[in-house]
Amino acid sequence: MTLLDRHIAFLEALRAAGMPVSLSEDLDAVAALGLVGWGERQQVHDTYAATLLKRQSQRETFDEYFEIYFPRMVGEGVARADAAQDQPAVRDSAADLAAFTEELADALEADDLERLRQLASEAVGRFGAMPGRGPGMSSWSAYTTLRRLSTDELTLKLIEGLRRIGWGEEAAVRAASTRVGSYQQMVEADARRRIAEEKGPDQIARITVRPTIDRLDFLSARRVDLEALRREIYPLARRLATRLTQEKHARRRGALDMRRTVRASIGTGGVPLTTHHRPKRPHRTELVILCDVSGSVANFASFTLMLVFALREQLGKVRAFTFVDDIHEVTDHFAPGADLVDTMTRLADATSHAARFGRTNYGRAFARFLEDHPDALGPKSSLLILGDARSNYSDLSLPTLRRMREAARHAWWLNPEARRSWDTGDSAASDYAAVVPMVECRNLTQLTEFVHDIL
Amino acid sequence: MVWFSSPSDATTRLGEVGYLADPATATTAFLAGALEKPLLVEGPAGVGKTELAKAVSRATGADLVRLQCYEGLDEARALYEWNYKKQLLRIQAANDGQAWEETHDDIFSEEFLLTRPLLTAIRRSEPTVLLIDEVDKTDVEVEGLLLEVLSDFQVTIPELGTVAATRRPFVVLTSNASRELSEAVKRRCLYLHLDYPDTERERAIVTSQVPDLDDKVATQLVSAVARLRDLELKKAPSIAETVDWARTLLALHIDDLDAMAIDDTLGVVLKHASDTDRAVRELKLR
Ligand SMILES: Nc1ncnc2c1ncn2[C@@H]1O[C@H](COP(=O)(O)OP(=O)(O)OP(=O)(O)O)[C@@H](O)[C@H]1O
Ligand SMILES: [Mg+2]
Repeated sequence: MTLLDRHIAFLEALRAAGMPVSLSEDLDAVAALGLVGWGERQQVHDTYAATLLKRQSQRETFDEYFEIYFPRMVGEGVARADAAQDQPAVRDSAADLAAFTEELADALEADDLERLRQLASEAVGRFGAMPGRGPGMSSWSAYTTLRRLSTDELTLKLIEGLRRIGWGEEAAVRAASTRVGSYQQMVEADARRRIAEEKGPDQIARITVRPTIDRLDFLSARRVDLEALRREIYPLARRLATRLTQEKHARRRGALDMRRTVRASIGTGGVPLTTHHRPKRPHRTELVILCDVSGSVANFASFTLMLVFALREQLGKVRAFTFVDDIHEVTDHFAPGADLVDTMTRLADATSHAARFGRTNYGRAFARFLEDHPDALGPKSSLLILGDARSNYSDLSLPTLRRMREAARHAWWLNPEARRSWDTGDSAASDYAAVVPMVECRNLTQLTEFVHDIL
Repeated sequence: MVWFSSPSDATTRLGEVGYLADPATATTAFLAGALEKPLLVEGPAGVGKTELAKAVSRATGADLVRLQCYEGLDEARALYEWNYKKQLLRIQAANDGQAWEETHDDIFSEEFLLTRPLLTAIRRSEPTVLLIDEVDKTDVEVEGLLLEVLSDFQVTIPELGTVAATRRPFVVLTSNASRELSEAVKRRCLYLHLDYPDTERERAIVTSQVPDLDDKVATQLVSAVARLRDLELKKAPSIAETVDWARTLLALHIDDLDAMAIDDTLGVVLKHASDTDRAVRELKLR
């Protein structure tokens, strides 16, 4: 591959991943690289970033592709390959593993990124080779590598180590899981690099790079993703709030205020240069949210709740309920100004109150809602239901839902599953959607759009 | 004009005026100058976005023209405005004999024009750094205005004609990303995301701004700040706050930043009660 081919293929891959890279960005990048040169990898990286990126949420995807198309080394790298020559060919004995784990643990505790990256590459080289039956059939596996290294043990060991040097428990747990998480990502990146080397970058780019965080499915989020998602909530709420206030202001220009306009015109010789308008009166509604908090949809529910409560000033009154097969009000967990992490933890703990027998039962939960909170819904309230509509083949209680729908002013249902999975298995999506309009809401982008549209 | 001759030249010269740029910042600043493209800098509060523009102006000897954005900023404040009051006076003072044509030409002349930062920056013949600060605070309409200025570096004033830049300013736009800027504006800009610096760089910034601070305390300080930033606080400490903290420690003659010392001075960096609670708990301060 020539440099130009590589450049074109790299941009093509970014476009395929959903980054808007137009011809003008392409030309900028070329002009910029002409000035900076190809001599230093870091500068090439920063130059591409400056000319192609448009927002920080694209960064991770951008970096992953850059690693594939402009790998920091080839094969085992120069330094390592030299060192390997005077070692026996097989370096995967129990003793080797123990020694390697030891070294890795040290690097994790020191948080030495450069060494961790080397160790990630070394780990894949040693423990992740998947011999193939013929030439071109061999491959590399991040999964096998990580299994051999047993990351859970590494995390525990790291927590202990950090505690020993004076870290608090929560801080240590958090740091350990972030560091081990990012080491896992390095291993995954190195496996991708090696596969790309053998099969060509285009193929690998198509199959293994994950979408940007705002397009990542809630239902397929991993632990590190969840943390990244959680960190997005306040900035997202802030952006939404700004956008809403500005739109409100734009709409707010009410009727002309004659008296103020005339009075202001005195300063300009009686010519009314500036007009003044009466403010428009906004109408307030009350939002009532019902969230399925069972199993895999729990994450989706708590993100949506956090986002909604972060926007409380825009919304007026909000009441929130969680359910599995029973209903439980959680409004009180969202004290104004409360800490995000604490709230999430308390919310998770409260799940047990929403379950009686422990199997999701939408019909029963709806009935219990009307029983316990008959006056929660009224002509001023909007009803929002969050869930995958998978009710374990139990009675759907459609008439109950219809009564709820009729009691409220508006109603929506957000389903975190891809539309194509609706109605498969025990999903009663269409049945419920016939009563309450159902919207697909798989990722932050869709969630943001929805929240913006209903406000 | 050659703003910086290479990325490493940018690093050196920004460093000489007290701005310690990381490699990405230096490369991007070099490119903004060499390609004559506006630079959009995004990032959390207090990471040195505004300071970067000021540092470029100091390092290159160019004057800084600043447009501070806010909600409600309009063309009249950003670009130019006719001095209506003076024009009215002029019209009223005109004696009946004077033809309207004449008065008209007269009141739409340089004398009655109030230039605002964007126009000022474009008309200057000396090297200029144009800082459009906190651009996310403006309304979307202002972006249309910026678009015109940033793509052609010219402004059309219907009564006077088109004013084109004789010399392109070095343009820096900063944003807290409190809202997304339009794609059109972004396409015209180079993009730089500034984030909190790593501990090495932050220590260097602290030592350069508070040179009397003890080395050991400086090291303890930046590592404490890094741990605070890991806690998902509502308002993570900024570089400016790290520097404030350093000054406080120096003033109080604290020569060992242990748990008690952190607890006593935490108010300098954390502004929310719930953030303080969380820090006290997780850093085991009490
Ligand atoms: N790289 C750096 N080198 C030296 N000082 C720095 C650097 N970055 C930030 N600072 C210091 O941090 C202070 C705050 O930076 P600045 O005001 O530019 O932040 P900002 O990103 O514009 O924040 P805001 O979003 O609140 O406007 C500066 O006054 C400067 O003292
Ligand atoms: Mg600023």
